[in-house]
Amino acid sequence: MSSIYVDHAATTPMVETCFSAMTAQMLQLGNPSSLHTNGRATRKTLEDARESLAKEIGALPGEIIFTASGTEANNIALKGIFWSARKNGRNVVIISAIEHHAVLDPAHWLAEHEGAEVIQVPVDSEGLIDLDFLQETLNTRRDEIAVISIMHSNNETGVIQPISEVVKLAGEIPVHSDAVQSFKKTPLSFSELGLFALTLSAHKVGGPLGIGALILRRTVEIPALLHGGGQEREIRSGTLNAPGIVGFAVAASSNHYDALRVEELRDSFIAGVRKVIPDATVNGVNAKRLPGIVNITFPGTQSDTLLLLMDGQGVSCSTGSACSAGVHEASHVLIAMGHNVQTAQSSLRFSFGATSTQADVDYVVSVLPDVIARGRAANLS
Amino acid sequence: MKLIAAMSGGVDSAVAAARAVEAGHEVIGVHLALAANPQKYRSGARGCCTIEDSHDARRAADVIGIPFYIWDMAEEFHDGVVEDFLAEYAAGRTPNPCLRCNEKIKFAAVLDRARAMGFDGVVTGHYARTQLSDSGKTLHRAVDHSKDQSYVLSVLTVEQIAGAIFPLGDTTKVDIRKEAEARGLAVAQKPDSHDICFVPSGDNAGWLRDRLGSEVGPIVDQEGTKIGEHKGAYTYTIGQRKGLGLTVPAADGSPRFVLKIEPVSNTVVVGAREDLAVSLMRGERPVWCGPEVSSTPHRGFVQVRAHGSALPCSYFFDGVLLVAELDEPLLGLATGQAMVIYDGDRVVGSATICETQ
Repeated sequence: MSSIYVDHAATTPMVETCFSAMTAQMLQLGNPSSLHTNGRATRKTLEDARESLAKEIGALPGEIIFTASGTEANNIALKGIFWSARKNGRNVVIISAIEHHAVLDPAHWLAEHEGAEVIQVPVDSEGLIDLDFLQETLNTRRDEIAVISIMHSNNETGVIQPISEVVKLAGEIPVHSDAVQSFKKTPLSFSELGLFALTLSAHKVGGPLGIGALILRRTVEIPALLHGGGQEREIRSGTLNAPGIVGFAVAASSNHYDALRVEELRDSFIAGVRKVIPDATVNGVNAKRLPGIVNITFPGTQSDTLLLLMDGQGVSCSTGSACSAGVHEASHVLIAMGHNVQTAQSSLRFSFGATSTQADVDYVVSVLPDVIARGRAANLS
Repeated sequence: MKLIAAMSGGVDSAVAAARAVEAGHEVIGVHLALAANPQKYRSGARGCCTIEDSHDARRAADVIGIPFYIWDMAEEFHDGVVEDFLAEYAAGRTPNPCLRCNEKIKFAAVLDRARAMGFDGVVTGHYARTQLSDSGKTLHRAVDHSKDQSYVLSVLTVEQIAGAIFPLGDTTKVDIRKEAEARGLAVAQKPDSHDICFVPSGDNAGWLRDRLGSEVGPIVDQEGTKIGEHKGAYTYTIGQRKGLGLTVPAADGSPRFVLKIEPVSNTVVVGAREDLAVSLMRGERPVWCGPEVSSTPHRGFVQVRAHGSALPCSYFFDGVLLVAELDEPLLGLATGQAMVIYDGDRVVGSATICETQ
């Protein structure tokens, strides 16, 4: 049976150069914090990687804090910036309604446990944040706002958010952006955006699992979540994961992802889907989106049934939304865009990547009519 | 065949799925999420609805080497099983939720969905057997009578039985555990589940009291004389002797038993042991697991509890109700219980007891 992977937004194949660089580094002896020759060698490799990654994201090497995941970077950013601002009497956390759980949950945790007030910026039917709402909130609450966190692009729909406008409106208020999906898919520069903090993850760009980064301006230091050896500006202690960091940098600097080509594949897929399932709708179709992600609603179906049937045809795709005890929740992203629970649960995310081909697109389109027909029958039963 | 294996996370359904694979079927494992909030219904590893149970099911599927998914059936379960359970108790009857779950979830919602998706049937770890005969596929008791679950499957129609695969019916539980061990399934020694899966504490009366309230009402004798007070009529069961808290002794000093629960007047009726005796029962909404029963009396057996004995009887269908006349009277029988008719080890059909005399 064919095995077609169209879930590149979940994770994407490792770049071969990354694999060889990592495996070589794994055999290198030396704790980067050690002062002897071995330690210095690892430290050098690691700092080379940091500089390389800094160049890719338009940041200074000293602004990079390596973490174990994008989730960790988001947690450090939200909690750290909040705690730092709270000293000045600021307790409002602004996020968008469509953030990943790695931002939503720390924000709501701060509300429940640390006295934060969370304000969610709504989105329109295309999934774009309401800048007027943000402006209005800033006009009335400016002195109370600790941090604003708006994702650079959405992981379920691929819709790209107007981050430069957010930064402009925010003025001196720190803005963090979860750019895990955007990095290397669409132009992204930390310094040009004027952000205070930004989150990256290696495995979304062909690097390994288990390594992420928080890009954080040096102007304000934030309290540590992990205390210990004082690594990473004493914000994130722990022996640095040298192979992971090397792999991250190699993957980020390789030019294996051709955005134009991926976009063509995605558009060809959308055209194909429209032909075979005429009542399917693309979520956020009129917004500027990432090249590889498309989120489609198939009326009269249930996404977990479709997922099973797709898997049975050798197609790996996703509902895009989070799981609770293995049960798919209705996507808060689609609901924020105006869907009801039922239509939100009739949607699938297909995401294409560097290794996707036209043959993948054609195959997925070819199995769709049967899958959707069975999915609809199962939904009626 | 293409089959869905319902995997609870227990040892039985895991071995059932493995056996179906070995028999050459294309099998996909599915765990049914029955509680909207899994911790709400039960914690610990005794049931089938916790996150650990779904994890155990996933591990078993991985070891067997089959795809695995979780189906959210929480709404169907709540509406079809939990609500029914409460409504039955509120009406003074004694329901069996496992039977309702088989009827409305496992071999209805799940089987229908499976069929619509292109599957041929559902595999479960129930201890029961099916046989192909001239009249189609019939339902039979398991070889291991102590574990036999044909009683709770007696609500399946011929159509549902046609889509049901029970790979464990020919084996004893002891051997299933050994087999699970040999197959490398980590759930081999996982304890059996006993209580009602959605009553986390195992305290049925307390669970009912929380939901139905505990309105005080009279305990009366058969003449209608009040001889005591109860705290929620539905927490009593027919035939119950202990815990009645009666202050007035019976005239002859003999013990008294719950004979009847009347929900409308919120009354519990008690009487002597011999008044519990039932020699005839009628059941409504009959389901036939094979050919329909005729109006001519047949000799057979009736069973009224999941692990009760098979009682010799004559049975017939009067066109509306299924009737069984017992050879020997039975003590303590509540309406709402299922009466299941057996012809030898074959399940003839079942009905919900609505009348006894």
